[in-house]
Amino acid sequence: MTQSPSVQSVGTALLEVSHLTRNFGSGKNAISAVKDVSFSLQPGEIVAVVGESGSGKSTLARLVLRLLAPSSGSIGFLGGDANALSTADYWRDVQAVFQDPYASFNQFYTVQRILGNALALSKERLSGAERERRMRDGLVAVGLKAEEILGKWPHQLSGGQRQRVMMARALMLQPKLLVADEPTSALDASLRVSVLNLLSDLRKRYGMSILFITHDIGQAYYLCDRMLVMYQGELVEQGTVEEVVRGAKHPYTQRLLADVPKLH
Amino acid sequence: MGELMSVQGIRAAYAVGERKILAVDDVSLTLRKGEVLGLAGESGCGKSTLATVLALAARPPLYVKSGKMLLEGKPIDLTLQHQLPRELRGQVISVLPQGAMNSLNPTARVRDLAYDVLRAHQPGIKRPEAYDRTRERLEQLGLPARVLESYPHQLSGGMKQRVVAVISTLLNPKILIADEPTSALDVSSQKSVVNLLNKLLDTGVISSIVFIAHDLPLLREIADRIAIMYAGKTAEVGTNKDIIDAPKHPYTQALIGSILVPEPYVRQRRIEGIEGSPPDLRSPPSGCRFHPRCKHAMPKCAQTEPPEFGTPERFAACWLLEETVKS
Repeated sequence: MTQSPSVQSVGTALLEVSHLTRNFGSGKNAISAVKDVSFSLQPGEIVAVVGESGSGKSTLARLVLRLLAPSSGSIGFLGGDANALSTADYWRDVQAVFQDPYASFNQFYTVQRILGNALALSKERLSGAERERRMRDGLVAVGLKAEEILGKWPHQLSGGQRQRVMMARALMLQPKLLVADEPTSALDASLRVSVLNLLSDLRKRYGMSILFITHDIGQAYYLCDRMLVMYQGELVEQGTVEEVVRGAKHPYTQRLLADVPKLH
Repeated sequence: MGELMSVQGIRAAYAVGERKILAVDDVSLTLRKGEVLGLAGESGCGKSTLATVLALAARPPLYVKSGKMLLEGKPIDLTLQHQLPRELRGQVISVLPQGAMNSLNPTARVRDLAYDVLRAHQPGIKRPEAYDRTRERLEQLGLPARVLESYPHQLSGGMKQRVVAVISTLLNPKILIADEPTSALDVSSQKSVVNLLNKLLDTGVISSIVFIAHDLPLLREIADRIAIMYAGKTAEVGTNKDIIDAPKHPYTQALIGSILVPEPYVRQRRIEGIEGSPPDLRSPPSGCRFHPRCKHAMPKCAQTEPPEFGTPERFAACWLLEETVKS
């Protein structure tokens, strides 16, 4: 896949994470799930966070989404402090897609209601027709037909459809940053590719930045511009995907790459 | 390598009210001594249903309509699964399920599970003896014996899966049916589980493995032969090399084409998934079941189901191969 040309342009970083730490537990049982992590994300950039289970990837995602408060460190957003914004304001620009869309939906709500509730976050006062149009546009953008999907309940959708509805929900708000926490882990290989292609197209069309959390280096390599490698809560390596995959410097990254099953 | 198990014409259906959904439709396979047979396909292709039937564990609403098994030369009627002797399950054929977290009781230590498993097959076994046998096995396989004292929540996902693998093979079964044992794990834990399974084979604890996965690069590492399933049927069978390097069925080709590995060619182009989704087995397509999604579909494909072109060892069920077979 081609990289977007604007990625390396210097300007205000969209997201500036500095010295972020999050501890759980206290006293003897205290552990740092995220330890002194710093990185930045430019507008329109897709950055992968890779690492094994328990390396702190999802905690980092939750911190960036402000679903968890950091123990120390700060998150800068568009040049300001993210904490200065109300969560409602922040979430208008920063949206999420999680691994299990089933767990993210209220199973008693139809897709129409799920999407409608998400639109309530928008600042603008939308008319009924406008809301309808936004929902349709969101669904079309992820390759779903509105008339087939809007009246359905989550259990009537396939895994891939649920994942797309969740993306449509995030997209309707036209966020500047999408945090995708293992969005494709529960999908088949063939469907996985379509979802990754979709993310790539959305970046091209809307200039959206994506923080892509995965344990699958193959996916990160295909989709992303840069890669951050986490190990035991620390950011042990970062660079462009080529730099990391072809010339890993940290022993953990080298081990991780060696563990990936090869096709040829 | 001699033949350990073979199955002929398995048809298995889920009965839901009046409706019957045929999830496995006329599948035949052989498993040789000492080999790992990989079973791959998308979600809903029937691979887990087939695993359940092979494990002799089909329970309503899953019914085996027809199918015969030859297990070490002894014929077994698969349609009478509930009447089969209990010794077969666990002692001859054992299962390694996908979610180890769901197989372990959160309020019991690992040693209690080991004791339960041994006691079910050897009534009267004493706890210390059960613990000792499990400890010995763990040490033989290079796992720390302290896990015996652990509760499931104290173990990582990969370790849980390895512990379940050890316990499910405590009775030295001939065949282990591993149903997506690594799908929920990260690559490093995957590797540790695969290493353990290889060790179980090398030390002769088990003789053969049927390994179900949707991850072809993983199967390339562990399997000797691979069977590709689509909508309840075997689309293609061959050695690991045949399937990965020279796939004949368009479905296999598409599956391999959508694999993302960190190899340079992956980033140089846009990889396309397979259009559409697997068919609804309540009303499968006529003819070849893959034809609505197939790039090479011909009029014939929608009308007549393709036979298996090739030998039972290396075949693909696709009309494209008709010409090559004739010539």
